Amino acid sequence: MRKSSFSGVMLIAGLLFLYLPMLVLVVYSFNSSRLVTVWAGFSTRWYFELMRDEQILSAVWISLRIAFFSASMAVCLGTMAAFVMVRFARFRGKTALSSMVTAPLVMPEVITGLSLLLLFVHMAQLIGWPEDRGMVTIWIAHTTFCSAYVAVVVASRLREVDLSIEEAAMDLGARPLRTFFQITLPMIAPALAAGWLLAFTLSLDDLVIASFVSGPGATTLPMVVFSSVRMGVSPKINALATLIIMAVSLATLMAWYVMRRSESRRRQAMLQDMTAGR
Amino acid sequence: MFNFTVRPRRLFGPGRRWVIAVPLLWLTLFFLLPFGIVLKISLSQAAISIPPYSAVFDYANETLNIILTFGNYLFLATDSLYVSAYWGSVKIALLATVLCLLIGYPMAYAMARAPAHWQLVLLLLVMLPSWTSFLIRVYAWMGILSNNGLINNVLIWAGLIDSPIRMLNTNFAVILGIVYAYLPFMVLPLYANLTRLDVSLLEAASDLGSRKLNTLLRVTLPLSKGGIIAGSMLVFIPAVGEFVIPELLGGPSTLMIGKVLWAEFFHNRDWPVASALAMVMLAILIVPIALFHRYQSRELEE
Repeated sequence: MRKSSFSGVMLIAGLLFLYLPMLVLVVYSFNSSRLVTVWAGFSTRWYFELMRDEQILSAVWISLRIAFFSASMAVCLGTMAAFVMVRFARFRGKTALSSMVTAPLVMPEVITGLSLLLLFVHMAQLIGWPEDRGMVTIWIAHTTFCSAYVAVVVASRLREVDLSIEEAAMDLGARPLRTFFQITLPMIAPALAAGWLLAFTLSLDDLVIASFVSGPGATTLPMVVFSSVRMGVSPKINALATLIIMAVSLATLMAWYVMRRSESRRRQAMLQDMTAGR
Repeated sequence: MFNFTVRPRRLFGPGRRWVIAVPLLWLTLFFLLPFGIVLKISLSQAAISIPPYSAVFDYANETLNIILTFGNYLFLATDSLYVSAYWGSVKIALLATVLCLLIGYPMAYAMARAPAHWQLVLLLLVMLPSWTSFLIRVYAWMGILSNNGLINNVLIWAGLIDSPIRMLNTNFAVILGIVYAYLPFMVLPLYANLTRLDVSLLEAASDLGSRKLNTLLRVTLPLSKGGIIAGSMLVFIPAVGEFVIPELLGGPSTLMIGKVLWAEFFHNRDWPVASALAMVMLAILIVPIALFHRYQSRELEE
């Protein structure tokens, strides 16, 4: 930083730009006035009102379940896709697979959402499933785009892993499946964890795709927040935002602590896993 | 690496096919195939039925009738609302991408030059906001920019202005929102690229008498082209189809295609026009997506 003070100043300014609006959200969540913009004294009433809001609480529960199952399935699919792309030589369909892994990373959500909804409508007409849309259709949609992110994260880690250990295991007679679970999997475990967490937050955060493929029974948290925010600012949403920011900060702090303790080589690898994410 | 083509086959005998098949089938069914269906629906007519469109393939009396309606596309081309919505989206996304690059590049540069033990902290600090909630981060600006929001209140209190400046529900707010929401995704690939930059090349340039600005323009920037492309595409492509930001921060005059598509689908229930809108948007974005894919696959194969 000493060589180029301009970029150093820009970095600090950029971080302030990223964090000040979030700080404002947090500060106003403790405002006792209903008007978010006028400070009327410290109060925690909005947190209590949030805890009493049945609609938000049930939406949180639905979103957490969808995110858990989407992230878990996305880790399975994404790891397989990454393994195929990194470890397998050319085969028919490899280009198609790699395109289908990178395209969801940038595809506008309205296109993904609309196309999946039309698919579900067609499937319902043709084979009678899914009969009505809800958590299962959101789970499929989230799994699909999250597995692309997981695949990129895991692929970058797989490329770092020493292939000769896997080869040694197989030369000693271990079957491919056993080699994968006993040798490869432990080595890429940090990337799987990073991929799972990334998929979990992506699923928890998605509004547009879920709005398209959801049915009357399944209202996720972003859908509730969006319909409330559309009416204008509301201190209850500020309280919710504060809780989310706190949870993510805590998780990041823990991840940082783990990474800092682990040896520097591992840390470098994990850094690469994370950067590959988006 | 010599017997690269031989090894995998030996390693993963019969199970290999299954490992390939599962992700390939899933993504084909739930990512690729849906685009074909969108194309099909975009060539049908809106109808008052469930689902609300006419059949494209009709099999009756041992004849297959295929009725393709190109009216939806013609409608998009002739109605100035849609044309200006596409134009507006591309313009806003482009402007936001350039701003992201101008802010993000120095940030990534400073991060890559920071002491090693600081880099992880800085990276986590840049990425942390993107792990919280997109919706809530956009919402934060509503409270800051509105007529009785933080900025206007402070300016009036300081006596700089008498009446509030209208900032929320303008194109300015939309661009600000996009830059804010997507900045981490610009910084990340740039940082990944710049950390791999060979410092000896910069030293060589300086030894040969190159000035700092000259080195930046003729050595650093060309070498980080890959990161610039990846970061720009990660911002530009999703921003063109953005719905949440123009809906919450934009005003009635903000025409963006994601918002129009949403309205056609949810409010007008015109699925064929919404599908045609999606297909045209995809056609506009196919070159940027291919560019991004080329960079990504190069990254994956390195």
